[in-house]
Amino acid sequence: MLNLIGNYSLILALITSFILLFLSIKNFKSDSNLNFGIVVSISLQSILICISFLTLLFSFIISDFSNLAVYNNSHTTKPMFYRISGTWGNHEGSLLLWLLVLSLFISIFVFRTKKLLISFRILTIFFQQLIITGFLLFIIFTSNPFQLIIPTPTEGLGLNPILQDPALAIHPPILYLGYVGTSIIFSSSLAALVCRYTNKEWASDLKKWTLISWIFLTLGIMLGSIWAYYELGWGGFWFWDPVENVSLMPWFCLTALLHCTSVLEKRSNLKSWTIILALSTFILSMSGTFLVRSGILNSVHTFANDPERGIFVLIFLTVLILISLTIYFKYNDIEKLTRSFLLSKESAIVINNWFMMYFLGVVLVGTIYPIFLEVITKEKISVGPPYFNQLIIPFLIPFLFIMAIGPKLDWIKNKKFDAKFTKIILLILSILISYLIAKNFNTQVLYSTLLISAALYLFFISITDLKNEKLKLSQKVSHTAFSILIISIILNSLFSEEVSVNLKKGEEKQLSNYLLKFENISKMEIDNFTSLKAEIHVIHNDNKLKFYPELRLYKVPETITSEAAIKTSLFSDNLVVVNYLKDTNYLNIRYQKKPFMLLIWLSAIMLAVGGLIGLKKNFK
Amino acid sequence: MYGKKVKLRFLFLSLILAVLILTIFLVLKSLEDNVVYFISPTDIKELGEIDYDKKYRVGGMVKKNSVSMSSNQINFIITDLKSEISVKFSGVIPNLFSEEKGVVAEGFLKDRNFLNASKILAKHDENYMPPEVKEALKD
Repeated sequence: MLNLIGNYSLILALITSFILLFLSIKNFKSDSNLNFGIVVSISLQSILICISFLTLLFSFIISDFSNLAVYNNSHTTKPMFYRISGTWGNHEGSLLLWLLVLSLFISIFVFRTKKLLISFRILTIFFQQLIITGFLLFIIFTSNPFQLIIPTPTEGLGLNPILQDPALAIHPPILYLGYVGTSIIFSSSLAALVCRYTNKEWASDLKKWTLISWIFLTLGIMLGSIWAYYELGWGGFWFWDPVENVSLMPWFCLTALLHCTSVLEKRSNLKSWTIILALSTFILSMSGTFLVRSGILNSVHTFANDPERGIFVLIFLTVLILISLTIYFKYNDIEKLTRSFLLSKESAIVINNWFMMYFLGVVLVGTIYPIFLEVITKEKISVGPPYFNQLIIPFLIPFLFIMAIGPKLDWIKNKKFDAKFTKIILLILSILISYLIAKNFNTQVLYSTLLISAALYLFFISITDLKNEKLKLSQKVSHTAFSILIISIILNSLFSEEVSVNLKKGEEKQLSNYLLKFENISKMEIDNFTSLKAEIHVIHNDNKLKFYPELRLYKVPETITSEAAIKTSLFSDNLVVVNYLKDTNYLNIRYQKKPFMLLIWLSAIMLAVGGLIGLKKNFK
Repeated sequence: MYGKKVKLRFLFLSLILAVLILTIFLVLKSLEDNVVYFISPTDIKELGEIDYDKKYRVGGMVKKNSVSMSSNQINFIITDLKSEISVKFSGVIPNLFSEEKGVVAEGFLKDRNFLNASKILAKHDENYMPPEVKEALKD
């Protein structure tokens, strides 16, 4: 019954899509009000997709195992919270969530943009409907979440235990809001191109959507990273893994777009560039989904999945790229650049964009090069983290310095370049502090000094600028947050320490400055898993820390997960992860000291808050 | 001959071009240095020349009864059912590491029969087999 409701609402939604495509072509030329039929159809479509999503959610809640997706990914012993998150914890459900967000966003667009040009609104609806139709076809024909199993099984297979985690439960919806927000940016840019509507009014509307996507993408990436940090127990928060990279690429693009829309809004400049960025952001988000879902990317994050679905997404992606290229080259007029001087806010933003594109390029090459090489030479390779670190970190030095200077320049031409006394003092101060920090290292003193001082200088400047009335609050908050983020990341990577050892119960071992002791282990049955809690003592300079790391043995499906024991303080995290090997008495123990982890998360949140402030101001 | 403006523009363009070429060169160089090749135990036997300063990823299955543990290291054998290689590793093993399951170990080769691993890669899914391992086991 539930399956039928879900299925039919999807099919009806597909029919409304076709109606909408037809209506928007037919009414494109009309310059009266927005056609009533369009408004009704869009609302109807959102409601239908909503119904189908709620049906799936409900099937998961009541554990309706006649549904294949529920059977594959749920279990009656699973806690309610994870039954709900199980809805999007699988391929079919997550696509339905994509679709839901797609249709909700276009509804919001229709109701929020009444003041804008009518043909532009209709065309945006048209392009968005193209995307929605594609997704509907994809869901109905290749990944239908409402497939029946006959006879109905009495028990499900369970959700992958590693996904049963609060951070990961909300990670996909947040990330998707970011990804899908870029679809409106895409549709509205194509529409604006065709209607020759690429003006200030459009730019300020585009900016809102860019901000929304950027906020959610920032938070989504952070949640994924938090999850990897404590659930995978690798003792890091970023591994330059392909799956992480595909979420970072649209972020670079969006950040560039965010800055560049200001130029379009204030100075009617950089029009073509804005459009290119807007289009590529969505293409990158889509490719990200495609690469993750198809299993083409060789990532440690990859889950077993069906490569045939990839072909559909690949075709869909190609069609979208072809459409955008055709429209871009057909409708984009040669821009008459308004004159700007070298030392101006515009130039600073253009430089920011160049850096973003460089970072994007590096990540892109590192992510897809292995795929190309395998297709061409059959050789299998992976690109290690040093590649990314070597190519990105040195370029952060000029980037951060420019970020410190850029925001205070004037539009068009900077009138006076005030090299105030305080600024020079701050610069000297940051170099001095950095040197004191870096001189503890035998190698690369100069490099570390430069890097830390660039980040510190940006931090000092951002702090002194907080009082500056001329600058926007959102920009001040985000830039300060970014400087804290970078400082924390640098210090974290410089000062992290780790030791690992295999111990039997009661044994202890001295490793460099740390004495590790495996005190005890206890067993407990909880909900749907068996918990093994170890007691580990770490003694460092007469300072004793007790840790209780946990191993969870799940029965359905049969898996083990480690839960790290983390002691968090503002300046440093101490964590212990354990693992065990069948048929041995040894416990595999790793102790890590990770400075400034909390600051990394807090500054990422602050970054998003900065975006939120900007969004609020734009809606006034 | 040419105006000052044209000269300036030409200078600017060539500067951009130079930076672009330099960047591409940098990216390619860094890529070449940091690529890790994936090979199976059989590939190692068949390799003409082994670069002992380069990292390799060896994939296959953990041989039954081959795992032995001591306080500071873990030893095991990776097999692709045709050839085998011994692996020494000290550090943290992933949750799903177990005998007769797929594994990928990354490190430096000491000789054709011995890998000094610095990392063992985790998988998230008990059904998941790294594509390389699947292929290595297939043929």
